[in-house]
Amino acid sequence: MIKTLNKLKKGENGKITAFKGKGEFKKHLMEMGLVRGSDVRVERVAPLGDPIEIKIKGYSLSLRKEDAEKIEVEIA
Amino acid sequence: MDKIRIALAGNPNVGKSTLFNRWTGMRQHVGNWPGKTVEKKEGTFQYNQHEIKVVDLPGNYSLTAYSVEEVVSRDYIVQEKPDVIVNVIDAANIERNLYLTVQMMELGANLILALNMNKFAHEKGLKINKKQLSQLLGVPVIEIEAVDDTGSEKLLETIINVFKSPNIVIDRLKYGNEVSEHVEQIKDIIDSDISGLEAPSSWIAIKLLEDDPEIIKKIEETGKGQRVLREVKKLQKHFNDVFGDDADAAITDARYGFIAGLISESVKKPKIDKVTRSDLIDRIVTHKYLGIPIFLLIMWLTFQITFSLGDPLGGYVEEALAWLGKTIAVSMGDGILTSFIVDGIIGGVGGVLVFVPLIFILFLILSILEDSGYLARAAFVMDRFMHKLVGLHGKSFIPMILGFGCAVPGIMATRTLENERDRLLTMLIIPFMSCSARLPVYALLVAAFFSAYSGWIIFSLYLLGIMVAIMVAAVFKKTIFKGMSAPFVMELPPYRIPTAKGAIIHMWERGALFLKKAGTIILALSLVIWALSSLPVGVEYGSQESITGQIGTVLSPIFAPLGFGEWQATVAIIYGFMAKEVVVSTFGTLYGIGGDDGGEEAPAEGSSSAEEEIAPEENPGFITVMRELFTPLSAYAYMVFVLLYIPCLATLTVIKRETNSWKWPGFAAVYTFVVAYGVSLVIYQGGLLLGF
Repeated sequence: MIKTLNKLKKGENGKITAFKGKGEFKKHLMEMGLVRGSDVRVERVAPLGDPIEIKIKGYSLSLRKEDAEKIEVEIA
Repeated sequence: MDKIRIALAGNPNVGKSTLFNRWTGMRQHVGNWPGKTVEKKEGTFQYNQHEIKVVDLPGNYSLTAYSVEEVVSRDYIVQEKPDVIVNVIDAANIERNLYLTVQMMELGANLILALNMNKFAHEKGLKINKKQLSQLLGVPVIEIEAVDDTGSEKLLETIINVFKSPNIVIDRLKYGNEVSEHVEQIKDIIDSDISGLEAPSSWIAIKLLEDDPEIIKKIEETGKGQRVLREVKKLQKHFNDVFGDDADAAITDARYGFIAGLISESVKKPKIDKVTRSDLIDRIVTHKYLGIPIFLLIMWLTFQITFSLGDPLGGYVEEALAWLGKTIAVSMGDGILTSFIVDGIIGGVGGVLVFVPLIFILFLILSILEDSGYLARAAFVMDRFMHKLVGLHGKSFIPMILGFGCAVPGIMATRTLENERDRLLTMLIIPFMSCSARLPVYALLVAAFFSAYSGWIIFSLYLLGIMVAIMVAAVFKKTIFKGMSAPFVMELPPYRIPTAKGAIIHMWERGALFLKKAGTIILALSLVIWALSSLPVGVEYGSQESITGQIGTVLSPIFAPLGFGEWQATVAIIYGFMAKEVVVSTFGTLYGIGGDDGGEEAPAEGSSSAEEEIAPEENPGFITVMRELFTPLSAYAYMVFVLLYIPCLATLTVIKRETNSWKWPGFAAVYTFVVAYGVSLVIYQGGLLLGF
């Protein structure tokens, strides 16, 4: 099943399949390790509901849901 | 003796600075990169008959043109060509750390990998085969612990070795046939068309395919790039057809692909991620219900410690200066030279010195919070609030809170913001946070007019400041900073215990920098104000006959629509530009009240209220004068004006220092004046209409 990253619940795992959008920001996220085929897990959501914290390539990264929406994840 | 130039490179939070401090200690020089507001740290040390000059490059994740820091690092490697680059790597986070390594290899840098934080890697269950990794990359891999001396000797030996026989690593990179082939194609054209480039042509080929604006510009400037650029365009289209993605995405994929290969051959990972100590702390610190209270508690503590420790220390400094001033005045007698030393120099320098304890303590706390990893969590917790409300980054919250104490440390704290636009916008709105120096002004006027609801009146001023800040930020976001919002992508580094040495060095370099740079500017401007207040020769300091007094008299009609058109009120505003609490002591001087035994109640240093003195707001003489000068409504308008108008000299100076140009402090001075005038006008005229 494919979902966008912002829709993943706390503790859910997946593999990145696609990255929508363009430009510098997409490149920056990819450089931070959000490349296709990487495993990603939603670690927690901030107290006010946004941003989220994910585990990627063994480290913790936070990003806003509006940006996470551009990343498609396949859930095993 | 050999001179070796080395650079330290690595991701943020990998212990680069710790290593730098260990090597250079206090023998380091902190400045800015030419033309940039990015901090440049340099130092030298001796090792085995070698003089090693080390530059600490900014912490970067990559070497694109994404941020100023990245450009700075990249230009340094390309243009200055350091003899050796020590790439500090967080072993616990090796996969992403290697992404930068790979890019430095593309640049043909003479690298050493220094694996740091091996204990954390061990805790996470990672096993790194150094020998294997070193063989695959063709680069020495040394295990170190930057916090103690582990591996230090080995690393230094290796630096000397690779200095003598550099590593050639450029051909170690394998990006898959498709990507490599196209990079090669572009490289060949560059080699035949263009000569004399500083960087390796294969790297330029990659950057061109990635659409890097700076490199494209450089190639265009050679005037011989037409054929290359045409070919690049063609290949980029080809990438889109083959990979269904842009060339730069494909290249990023290829780099991580190469790294994945390295990792699978040299690092053993546990099947299931172990729960680390950081995870456990985060479960509490970013907890749904506890996260915000914990954040507020830490903020409150920061504020309390800074001001409860810093204020009395600043008070001692102030008292010492007052004593010095008095001693000089007594021994030298009245005269222009005395006035010059006491009012001009001591008054001016004193204005800076009283901030010093505050700044040092604040930076100590901030660097502890930052080094421990908490600052990133604070931004994580507060981001939504800041983003929705003012369109700013979560990290802007802390500098703004500090602004309630003093704008100077608040503005200096904006350094924790990576994005330059966010940093600027935050700096521009911090002065609206009602700082502690405005409090004496409120106290006096509230005592004279609003004693029945003093708390509410003061609270309303604080609230007004916040509201104005929010509105101004919203306007700026839609105008000068339009479309410049930075996305929020931030690493949450593992929690670490900060080292005392690191925290102290951090505090020292920031504090000393403020003293040196801000001090000279403030002194110069204070002397100008002193001159204006003392001339023409023979007038009493700051009286109506002095130039300042005359300026006040001429300007005062401008303030009549706001309800305070008297020249004394205007002169007080002019002096308030030095420091806002000086408004009160200026009234004291102008009306000959409130001061001690006469002599030199210079407005510039008259703010010291020693214990035995009566506070102005309890002084009946003061209250009477205020009641003659103001009505309740005009008093409120005056307080609003004092709250919002031109930030004090120290604040403007620190904005200048942080932005590296007079443009922003100039802008801040003008726009805050306009805002202050507008808001006070609305309040006074509106109040009149409503019959107050």
